[in-house]
Amino acid sequence: MDQAAVPVLEARNLSKYFGSVIALQDISLTLMKGEVLCLLGDNGAGKSTLIKTLSGVHRPDSGDYLVEGVPVTFNSPREALDHGIATVYQDLAMIPLMSIARNFFLGSEPTTGWGIFKRFDMQRANAIAREELAKMGIDIRDPEQAVGTLSGGERQSVAIARAVYFGAKVLILDEPTSALGVKQAGTVLRYIAKARAQGVAVIFITHNPHHAYPIGDKFTILKRGRTLGTYTKAEIQRDEMIRMMSGGEELDALEHELREFTGDGSMGALADVSMP
Amino acid sequence: MTIKTVEKPDERVRREGTLRKLLRRPELGAVGGALLVWLFFAATAGDRGFLSLRGTANYLEVAAELGILAVAVALLMIAGEFDLSVGSMIGATGMITAVLSVEMGWNIWAAIAVSLVFALAVGAINGVLVNRTKLPSFIITLATLFIIRGMTVGFTRLITGRTQVSGIKEALGFDSAAAFFASSLKILDPSSARGAMAEFSVSILWWFLVAALATYILLRTRPGNWIFGIGGDETAARNVGVPVNRMKIYLFMATALTAWLVSTIQVLSVGSADTLRGEQREFFAIIAVVIGGTLLTGGYGSAIGAVFGALIYGMVSQGIVFTGVDSDWFLVFMGAMLIIAVLVNNYIRKQASEAK
Repeated sequence: MDQAAVPVLEARNLSKYFGSVIALQDISLTLMKGEVLCLLGDNGAGKSTLIKTLSGVHRPDSGDYLVEGVPVTFNSPREALDHGIATVYQDLAMIPLMSIARNFFLGSEPTTGWGIFKRFDMQRANAIAREELAKMGIDIRDPEQAVGTLSGGERQSVAIARAVYFGAKVLILDEPTSALGVKQAGTVLRYIAKARAQGVAVIFITHNPHHAYPIGDKFTILKRGRTLGTYTKAEIQRDEMIRMMSGGEELDALEHELREFTGDGSMGALADVSMP
Repeated sequence: MTIKTVEKPDERVRREGTLRKLLRRPELGAVGGALLVWLFFAATAGDRGFLSLRGTANYLEVAAELGILAVAVALLMIAGEFDLSVGSMIGATGMITAVLSVEMGWNIWAAIAVSLVFALAVGAINGVLVNRTKLPSFIITLATLFIIRGMTVGFTRLITGRTQVSGIKEALGFDSAAAFFASSLKILDPSSARGAMAEFSVSILWWFLVAALATYILLRTRPGNWIFGIGGDETAARNVGVPVNRMKIYLFMATALTAWLVSTIQVLSVGSADTLRGEQREFFAIIAVVIGGTLLTGGYGSAIGAVFGALIYGMVSQGIVFTGVDSDWFLVFMGAMLIIAVLVNNYIRKQASEAK
């Protein structure tokens, strides 16, 4: 088989149950090199469970999980990381009181010297951190400054740059933009595009279609633990996507209900209300 | 894509960077505090011997015996854990050395080696218990504090019928061991009219050695980076592959090791062991560490800070004697010092690490 045609990450009918709760049912998705897959869904749709399953926190109860065509089972996030699947969590991305360079290399510090004189090569760490961030378009003033001095968007970006530097083939981003303002979210989206340009495949989790639509190549919409299908950008319009995410019929019913309260038909399209 | 090398300094980094770099160091507050305390006692008790060589040797030795302990406790606390068992560990290891060398007639080196093994084993047990039970180390080591102290008193009375063992200076191999742990450098004190000698204890040297090693590990090695990471966010550290459990076990072993070193120094310089020795050392060690700028919740701090925290402790506890004030007031002073230090350190940390 042609190497380029093998998906870097593939899920086939993944299911995950917590007791009697069906958190995920028959989720299938494929992700190619240099592709951004947006995972969309309302709260409780199963987005978090799905990424935790893909990143090695949970083990699926049934279904196949393949990395570069090879079936895998991960017992820990570290094992997933060793297979090139890096997850950047919204809150756990960085340790605020540590410097950018120390954060960047935590767990994979460059060393110099040998034997008992082997030491953490701070100079190289600082230089690499700076250079890698510059590559992503993040211009930091001082790699020794604490991560706490960075803005939320910058922190996410540093985490993304770190994952890319350490050879991530797949980058799973858990709601990287949800806590950010418009401008900062734009910054993060730009870094996602840069990572894609470097050949990294990205799974971008969000509940904001306005962040997903500009960057995504494919869109998988989750609802109540199932997929409503995967669409390429050509196949789906933004408005249609919003409708599917929040449940079109429910929205129609709600609109109808609300119209009865106000007594006139001037509600307008409710879908617009969710736009920022 | 071409990458510009970043050799030339960034125009947005102001040249006054040294000051900010200094502000970023956790120990800044403790260094300033130590200077203030020294000035205070120099002014109030300078003419009564605080400034003399003998006075200096005196408070340095007191600071050293706490400082050795505080340095290891600092590393542990930066990793987000506590060790309250170090105080009773001092009593236990000292007693093991004394009982084996005096009552059993062992060579003192062998006795010291056995108590070292005991300390490392108990430290490892502390670490394993914390890892396995996931309970706060505060609780685990509070329990081991009592267990170790109780067993020390119980066994000692069972074996010797007393709670004190003396006569260590007559033990086999004492002279060579004392050279290592209990010797001193004698310098003629010029302020003394009768030619008294100031004795700088070798424990001061041990203190500096331990502090230098800890600082090197913390700032210049991979495990040092892991210690910060574990204290900052244990889950995040684990997710990037930091061996969190192993590091914690090593750190508990390190605090036990320094407790052993302190007890060995004490036993050899005093010539006796007491089951109650080391009482409340765990609290004074934590105070020294916190005064030294280490965050109680972990993730931030320094070993040098703990050195200065211990120095403050030494100067206050001895300086108060020189001033002629009743030393009963010492505890009040240390408690007040602790609160002031935490407030100052919090302020400095905010300045250094928050988004402007």
